[in-house]
Amino acid sequence: MPEEVANIAEMVLIALVYLGIFAIAGLFLVLLERRVAAWFQLRIGPNRVGFKGLLQTMADAIKLLSKELTGTTKADKFLYNLAPYFVIISSLMALSVFPFTKEFQAFDINIGIFFLIAVSSIGVIGILLGGWSSNNKFAMIGAMRSGVQTISYELSIGLSLLTMVLITGSLQLSEIVEVQKSGWLIVQGHIPAIIAFMIYMIAGTAETNRAPFDMVEAESELGAGFHTEYSGMKFAYFFLAEFINMFIIAAIATTIFFGAWLSPFGITESIPWLGVFWFLLKALILIFLMMWFRWTFPRLRIDQLLTLEWKYLLPINLVNIMIMALLVWLNLTISF
Amino acid sequence: METITLNSNFKSEEYFINMGPQHPATHGVLRLLLTIDGEIIKKVEPDLGYIHRSIEKMCERDSYQQIVHLTDRMDYLSANINNEAVCLTVENALEMEIPDRVKVIRTIIGELTRISSHCLWWGVMGMDVGALTTYFYGFRDRELLNDIFEETCGARLTMNYNVPGGLMFDIHPNFVKRVKDFITHFKNKLPEYDRLLTNNIIFQKRTKGVGILSREDAISYGASGPVGRASGYSCDVRKHHPYSALDQVTFNEALRTEGDTYARYLVRIQEMWESLSIVEQLIDNIPEGEYRVATNAVIKLPKGEFYQKVETARGELGVYIISTGVKSPYRLKFRSPGFSNLSLLNHIAVGGKIGDLVATMATLDLVIPDIDR
Repeated sequence: MPEEVANIAEMVLIALVYLGIFAIAGLFLVLLERRVAAWFQLRIGPNRVGFKGLLQTMADAIKLLSKELTGTTKADKFLYNLAPYFVIISSLMALSVFPFTKEFQAFDINIGIFFLIAVSSIGVIGILLGGWSSNNKFAMIGAMRSGVQTISYELSIGLSLLTMVLITGSLQLSEIVEVQKSGWLIVQGHIPAIIAFMIYMIAGTAETNRAPFDMVEAESELGAGFHTEYSGMKFAYFFLAEFINMFIIAAIATTIFFGAWLSPFGITESIPWLGVFWFLLKALILIFLMMWFRWTFPRLRIDQLLTLEWKYLLPINLVNIMIMALLVWLNLTISF
Repeated sequence: METITLNSNFKSEEYFINMGPQHPATHGVLRLLLTIDGEIIKKVEPDLGYIHRSIEKMCERDSYQQIVHLTDRMDYLSANINNEAVCLTVENALEMEIPDRVKVIRTIIGELTRISSHCLWWGVMGMDVGALTTYFYGFRDRELLNDIFEETCGARLTMNYNVPGGLMFDIHPNFVKRVKDFITHFKNKLPEYDRLLTNNIIFQKRTKGVGILSREDAISYGASGPVGRASGYSCDVRKHHPYSALDQVTFNEALRTEGDTYARYLVRIQEMWESLSIVEQLIDNIPEGEYRVATNAVIKLPKGEFYQKVETARGELGVYIISTGVKSPYRLKFRSPGFSNLSLLNHIAVGGKIGDLVATMATLDLVIPDIDR
């Protein structure tokens, strides 16, 4: 077999594996969200399909697949059909750079963090397109809000991650993990790192358009927001992408702040494949935190959302970077 | 509330949006014609009539016993209080002596209805500002009340418990115990409401200073109930014109002066405490006696005009009857609280954002069948 063919075959194989992970993670997270919501809301949640309701989202996906696709006649057909793919492909691309273990990383590029930030911003184009091309005023308001929101909170995400890059000195994810062998970055960077983490979680929740920042959907104001006119599998793409994005936000935080696949105090250092377990455990805890936000807080208003970002988070972030730079310069970081 | 003035260099365009009749925030089939500039509301025009059943016209055909049943279908969340309003009007017109037992039971049931209505309102209010969890907490407590009502009269929503002359049935033997259990339960759960929603910083930011209604406007728009009282307009019918056993109890009228969305919210929360205290004062002292006074099978009111108002969970419900001395009224007019409260929506929502409109509308606590009738 010539080398090029083998390379392409390998890439396709990896892509298929990741597609599988993507689908399973999405389906699982939807179920988790529903069970967690039920737990917060004094309900039981889906528990009939499969063992303890494990197949519930599978059944929902089949239902959505078999549904007739309805749409508006006055929609811009090409953009309308294109929009869900933007959203879902951007999520899938982001997934490729995470170091699940030392070996289990599809794509270890030297600008890892930059790539993550760049790719996750593509998703908003899909939302804008979807809202615009649906030819529906509610969808358009949702899409406009989404644009405003994502542009604002992207800054906070970028700056809070940049704060941590000051310690690692590299954007490559594998190297960032390597640095954390002498203490997770949230410990190494102590106070400014914790501030950066909090800002990151707030901005990350806003970036995924989840409550309390779900201005984009805001079902009590806009019905279903930007995906009002989508049905069946096209809607499912948006829906699934939201959950994958939540995983991505949690996974970035795991990688940057909590040592990715590194076990706490190195207790399972001799068994490297357990790294996947640790990575997913940390990510799940953060995902649970985001679900907790969603089922507890009311929604902000659009101007309050922007006030929070531009008047509070951004200045705090800038000061925080200075403090971090000083700490690194004066060697005041903690490392074991 | 921060006001944003549009820079005149930008050309802005007002557009029109149809909110409802199928919209999650209008809670029923209310249609709002919104004129919006970006996110800012320029005009709100409510369009009614989607659930009009001509109840007032039907009343002109029905006997007075039958009219009571129609009132359940108006403000279905305070069905018992609506029933009571018609019954009181008829009884006053006939100058009937109503036993104390009936009066006390009516008051207890009425206050429990108010709590159950406010529980639902609280859940929906949270949902409208984006906190979905409140809905289930509110319904948890409302469910217990529905069980009590079901045991008492067999229905959970459209109760028909009051009839002219008294009550349809006597209370169930378990009634007193279950109500007492509910009081203990709810006294523990009501502070939970504050912890979950009232004290939340986002919720306070969303509601404080939003949708301000001054006392003068409240009076001139005919606002009543918690909407009026949040603006400092003391309009509690229970306090100023007590009916049934309300003159035997002491309670405070929930009054606030801010007149904003948050004040309307707090007034309703305080009303739940007050209603609990009213029920607590009466539940141990239900007098023995008849639960119903016999009336003629066909009630004929004397010739004349009769009016009675009661305080429902939403405000002042008035029943105005013109009788010509036959079995049906010549004209029957309901003064429903929802209608006048809706009329001030445009006044307080203009200048706010879409999110403000939804939050403001939630605190008006509109029940659309009550507005349309």
